[in-house]
Amino acid sequence: MKIGREEVERVALLARLRLTEEEKDVFAKQLSQILDHIAHLNRYETAEVEPTTTVTGQVNVFRDDAVRPSLPVEQVLANAPEREGDGFRVPKIIDER
Amino acid sequence: MALHKLSLYELQRKFTAGEVSAAEIVHAYGLRIAHVEPKIRAFVTQTKDQAMAHAEVLDRRLKQWRKTEPLMGMPIAIKDNICTEGVPTTCSSRMLQHFVPPYDATVVAKLRKQEYLLIGKTNLDEFAMGSSTEHSAFGPSRNPWNLQCVPGGSSGGSAAAVAADECVAALGSDTGGSIRQPAAFCGVVGLKPTYGRVSRYGLVAFASSLDQIGPITKDVRDAALLLNVIAGHDPLDSTSADVPVPDYTKALTKKHLKKLRVGVPQEFFTEGLDPDVEGAVKAAISELKNLGGEIKDIELPRTDAAVAVYYVLATAEASSNLARFDGVKFGLRAKETKDLLDLYMKTRQEGFGPEVKRRIMLGTYVLSAGYYDAYYGKAQAVRTMIRQDFETAFKEVDVIVTPATPTPAFKLGEKSEDPLQMYLSDIFTISVNLAGLPAIALPCGVSKSGLPIGMQVIGRPFEEETILRVAHAYEQTTQWHLKKPPIR
Repeated sequence: MKIGREEVERVALLARLRLTEEEKDVFAKQLSQILDHIAHLNRYETAEVEPTTTVTGQVNVFRDDAVRPSLPVEQVLANAPEREGDGFRVPKIIDER
Repeated sequence: MALHKLSLYELQRKFTAGEVSAAEIVHAYGLRIAHVEPKIRAFVTQTKDQAMAHAEVLDRRLKQWRKTEPLMGMPIAIKDNICTEGVPTTCSSRMLQHFVPPYDATVVAKLRKQEYLLIGKTNLDEFAMGSSTEHSAFGPSRNPWNLQCVPGGSSGGSAAAVAADECVAALGSDTGGSIRQPAAFCGVVGLKPTYGRVSRYGLVAFASSLDQIGPITKDVRDAALLLNVIAGHDPLDSTSADVPVPDYTKALTKKHLKKLRVGVPQEFFTEGLDPDVEGAVKAAISELKNLGGEIKDIELPRTDAAVAVYYVLATAEASSNLARFDGVKFGLRAKETKDLLDLYMKTRQEGFGPEVKRRIMLGTYVLSAGYYDAYYGKAQAVRTMIRQDFETAFKEVDVIVTPATPTPAFKLGEKSEDPLQMYLSDIFTISVNLAGLPAIALPCGVSKSGLPIGMQVIGRPFEEETILRVAHAYEQTTQWHLKKPPIR
């Protein structure tokens, strides 16, 4: 599988990763090599095989919808890169019209 | 004998008997760390001072009321992707360089309840993605047997710290071999429990269908002792299993392996296997036969597909799990960004190293529209076939024995430019994670170049007792675990 620079740019945007021009070239080459290795999986006929999503066989694990103690606000915000009052400060995402 | 050379079991006995105080233990380990750590660099954060303060409190209390717990006063190191309240947990990443968790992982809470002593947080490949610790944002750790060699990874710091006697035992995490491969490279014991055996609450998630926490120790008994404490169901981890926890040390009483069927998969003894490793593991299999084990050839025909399946599923899960590192609530935030998208993209560019970016890219690609069925769906199906291979084999045998790695530890820089070669170094450990099985790596020899060789014993789900029994019986007759690295 040959991955080109445009494909790398498409995936990087999906992954919210900014890449340098050099990284784009390197990843195009390396991802192509790795996908070539992964293509070996096509040797296996899997049309009749159930996919594995979990090895435990668990389906859903529920708990009671009850109020439990949670971390105090100050502890939650202690790692915030920027805060304002009791909230996380982020760039504006809605334009004023 | 110097305190730092003792096993967990031996140190525990001395401490419980009152022959040594907690402060003396921390003092001895402090000296040892000061002496070897500049060469090994096993730790991201050292917590000797906090450990000493805690030790003094313990000693004062024990003078008045002598009541101990199995891990009380024991200096244990924790891999730096397992959350420790109030102590930085960096994942060896710039992204989390200044992150101080507001809570303990469940495994840490269990150790803390017994009043263990946290001696430090150990280095890893960034976010546990790698096989050498060379992908740590803070520089690689070194192999105590040869400082030019890697300690393995991703739990390389934990394995190196145990091997160099910088802690009495450590915790690691294993997604594709990250406990067993560094344990083999450093000549120590590493146990990956059954998926669901140990709670992962507070383990920074890499690939959620594969990750497990487990012990890295100086011998098999110590692994059982540590597993006794960390195993068990946890309401905070919905994938943890509600299966009773036995006393794993009870599995260590038998000295023979009579009536035990040992499977040897031929697929693990092919080209690419280092001759020293092959010789050592075959000698170990003969030893298991001498102990009464019945050796049987078995087939695991889809072994060669494991690496490909893993690098689809693990990267897909990682690309999703690592989406949370967006610069909003915790961790790094890039400066001078023009809008929200720019903040995401620049933060992730600055915060992640090359291997993490590569895996996020691969994982995003295989999940993206048009490729999902061809890659992700296909890999999930072949994963089923790999599990079926093990199920079939375990109808005929009770354990499976293989080399833990194809070669002894490689040199720093040897594989760091070629990601695929690095990935292939995990070929013997990965299929165990895909099948969710328990497996233990333990020393079984030394190569001509003076590096340790590890074997792997794989068991049925929740049969940790069986693999511990086999490993312990072997260890008792051969004593490879007593060989120490040349570092003094």
